[in-house]
Amino acid sequence: MSKFYEYSICELNSLLLKKEIKAVEITESYLKRIEKLDGKIGSYLTITAEEALKQAAIVDKKIVNGEKISVLAGIPLAIKDNMCIKGIKTTCASKILHNFIPPYDATVVKKLDNEDYVLLGKTNLDEFAMGASTENSGFKITHNPWDLSCVPGGSSGGSAAVVAAREAVAALGSDTGGSIRQPAACCGVVGLKPTYGLVSRFGLVAFASSLDQIGPITRDVRDAAVLLNIISGHDECDSTSINKELPDYTAGLGDGVKGLKIGLPKEYFSDWVDAEVAVCMDSARKILENLGAEFIDISLPHTEYGVATYYIIATAEASANLARYDGVKYGYRSPDYNNFLQMQKNTREEGFGAEVKRRIMLGTYVLSSGYYDAYYLKAQKVRSLIKNDFDQAFSDCDLIMTPTIAEPAFKLGEKTSDPLKMYLSDIFTISANLAGIPAISIPAGFAKEGLPIGLQFLGGAFSEDMILKAAYAFEQATDYHLKWPK
Amino acid sequence: MQYEPVIGLEIHAQLKTNTKIFCNCSTSFDQQPNLSTCPVCLGLPGALPVLNKKVIEYGIKTALCLNCKIADKNIFARKNYFYPDLPKGYQISQFELPLGLGGFINIGEKDNQKRIGITRLHLEEDAGKLLHRADGSLVDFNRTGIPLMEIVSEPDLRTAKDAKEFVVKLRDILLYNGVCDCNMEQGSLRCDANISVRKAGAKEFGVKTEVKNMNSFRFMQKALEYEIERQIDELESGGRIIQETRLWDEAKGVTVSMRSKEEAHDYRYFPEPDLVPVMVSVQWVEDIRKTIPELPDEKKERFVSQYNIPEYDAKVLTTSRDLADYFEDCAKLYSDAKIVSNWIMGELLREIKNDNTDIKDCSITPKMLTDMLGLIKKGVISGKIAKQVFEDMYKTGDAPQDIIEKKGLKQIMDPNAIRSIIKEIMAGNPKQVRLYRQGKTKIIGYLVGQVMKHTKGKANPQLVNKLLAEELKRD
Ligand SMILES: [Zn+2]
Repeated sequence: MSKFYEYSICELNSLLLKKEIKAVEITESYLKRIEKLDGKIGSYLTITAEEALKQAAIVDKKIVNGEKISVLAGIPLAIKDNMCIKGIKTTCASKILHNFIPPYDATVVKKLDNEDYVLLGKTNLDEFAMGASTENSGFKITHNPWDLSCVPGGSSGGSAAVVAAREAVAALGSDTGGSIRQPAACCGVVGLKPTYGLVSRFGLVAFASSLDQIGPITRDVRDAAVLLNIISGHDECDSTSINKELPDYTAGLGDGVKGLKIGLPKEYFSDWVDAEVAVCMDSARKILENLGAEFIDISLPHTEYGVATYYIIATAEASANLARYDGVKYGYRSPDYNNFLQMQKNTREEGFGAEVKRRIMLGTYVLSSGYYDAYYLKAQKVRSLIKNDFDQAFSDCDLIMTPTIAEPAFKLGEKTSDPLKMYLSDIFTISANLAGIPAISIPAGFAKEGLPIGLQFLGGAFSEDMILKAAYAFEQATDYHLKWPK
Repeated sequence: MQYEPVIGLEIHAQLKTNTKIFCNCSTSFDQQPNLSTCPVCLGLPGALPVLNKKVIEYGIKTALCLNCKIADKNIFARKNYFYPDLPKGYQISQFELPLGLGGFINIGEKDNQKRIGITRLHLEEDAGKLLHRADGSLVDFNRTGIPLMEIVSEPDLRTAKDAKEFVVKLRDILLYNGVCDCNMEQGSLRCDANISVRKAGAKEFGVKTEVKNMNSFRFMQKALEYEIERQIDELESGGRIIQETRLWDEAKGVTVSMRSKEEAHDYRYFPEPDLVPVMVSVQWVEDIRKTIPELPDEKKERFVSQYNIPEYDAKVLTTSRDLADYFEDCAKLYSDAKIVSNWIMGELLREIKNDNTDIKDCSITPKMLTDMLGLIKKGVISGKIAKQVFEDMYKTGDAPQDIIEKKGLKQIMDPNAIRSIIKEIMAGNPKQVRLYRQGKTKIIGYLVGQVMKHTKGKANPQLVNKLLAEELKRD
């Protein structure tokens, strides 16, 4: 009975309600597991053991007192270290924020708090969420729990790794170009990027404001729906959050895929998709067809411009979003200066890592006078074309299925010297961010070396219920999600 | 050689909303530095701006008064530059699509008006304040996020005096609408000028300089006059004008070069992704239009025709909305508007100016002032005594009736009482009485004066004159 880490959110909730276990026991079991494993995996930047046990005890008291508890009460979660939690260090895995303790909670954190969740700690990421391997962290490397010599993906590599390694029941990540889905695929877990505007960004340290979106990373689809129910919804503090009646995302999970029309974009099934990934996609198609789904071939003609468009828009926004780290108000300040200009220069020189600097320079360049029209403005136009591609596609099909990643997790260090290669890791995930549409990655099989492979469902804006339904149907027909690294 | 100056102005007005433009922090902060701040206006990681709709409303109101076209779609942009008082490393401002475009203000007298074009009116956030000390620099972010309205004029102004008049006109509009305090000394209204000179008759503009740091209306005119002279002297002596920013040095009375425009910033504007476009409906504009008060020019004309007061009086009385309201309140209570105007422009404004206060804080209410005028009219007090009563009212805030009662200032109207005083004075001044009777009738003035002095000014002067003449003729 001590292996509480084997259970999902919903399972733990029912055990708590039946008083078969105590919240404190769950948290203790996770803390022990973190102690045992995280030295090898390296996914936590901060572990909040004391607060976690305190919070779990509060939940136990509520249960003893017969108070009604939420489905998330006493459930130990991890949060990517780019979301602000009052009083707890939020570093974005950057030296420049190594000592930053926010005086306020992100809206998603407030929402989790209202449900009495238990925070285990903050997880590692590529510095400021810029990367696809978590190797750009300013503090440490995170290893893929399935193969410690491989990357966990990124930028939410820490969050995906803790869920895969059962170092947390579930986690929150953020996704700007695939940063939830790509690591979820690499680590064999479920990762959902919601529609832009469905989840408040208030308190999420901005990388690219028009693309960033917070979402759940979980061990199964139901848990993703449970977390989405809690974190979604309008927020007065985020002007881009949408005010809209939302469904209960768990309600229609079992409705099945019968009659669902699924599009396969030819641009996503090119030769350079790994053969093993292609096999998984084929088998996924058959499974879904057996369940009654219908497949059609579609085209998203502007797909090939996605990566270029993304790296112009994202870096442009990032160059402004990261301008605030000047050593004046918080975070790292270089000890070496005589005036403001020097202080700011040295602070940024010493505080930011190479990839962040590269993107700031790129973003500064594309916004410069004389280049703005050729780069930023053109990229915005292509972004509309990509959006149109999807609008067009969704008039022919209900959702789209693609691989999440073209190949399983790569080796640590394999792509660090070739940023362009690294950028291509997000080739299948970037378009959803540019179009603002929801997408989910779920486990879809394993490569010969035992590394997980992910498939992605994309839907029209606010069709989370539909892609969750399809993902759930697939999950129920397979057992990939039940496997985990030993 | 004759030169023609060409001046365009850029005015920044802090809007008087209760809260800042993108957060709920208060805009009034006499308190300590950095108290009126929050994660949003401090630009903390993860914080997001949410637009205060009131700012758009104030902007629309002003833009309508400046005859601008109102943009139906408003987009904010990020203006990127590094400065320690700019917490996000960018200022949220309007760039490509400003709220107001293509308006004008008329200056000059009625029969000699000049139309000064308004290029644009846009909204943005203010930055913080730096405090430099021997041991380093400090930043106060209280001012960060105060809504600012930037108004840019066309280069239509030709003299420093016109420029000043333009700003005064603009200030009156802002004050009348209650959207800005317009305190140049405290920086709630800031004015920068672009100035060039060209040979009279020339079509092309000369090279311009930008003059900043003009902290009052008086200095503004002086600074512009200086800069115009400086440019003409430079050209006359064979030099050339360098495009640069110059600061007005108030102590020395000169403009000093600050930085040359060659080092100008590339602000890398791009649309602010954290804010959604603000759509301005025709209905919204019309609703706001209804809340625009009567503006100074219209009010002035109405005062002349409705109250039959001279144009000069009307102009003085409409310099502020509070003063105009005060006058109108009085005029409702007392029918002779010219007398009301005389008292306000004379006694009242003098006292207020001496005390450096505001009509709003004046202890004399319109009711008190007009009650006093009524008492003069009824003959209860003389005009001379009234000045005493007025001063007393101003100091104490007591009603005129109470002051007259308490101090015994009531006019003596009883003929018998006056007659007995006259007899006393006549007895004491036999020489003057004799001279009068010998035909030097002008001497009656002296005797009246003596009677008034004896009664401390309280005797009714007409009655004194009449009775004294009777008594002198009697023997
Ligand atoms: Zn604030």
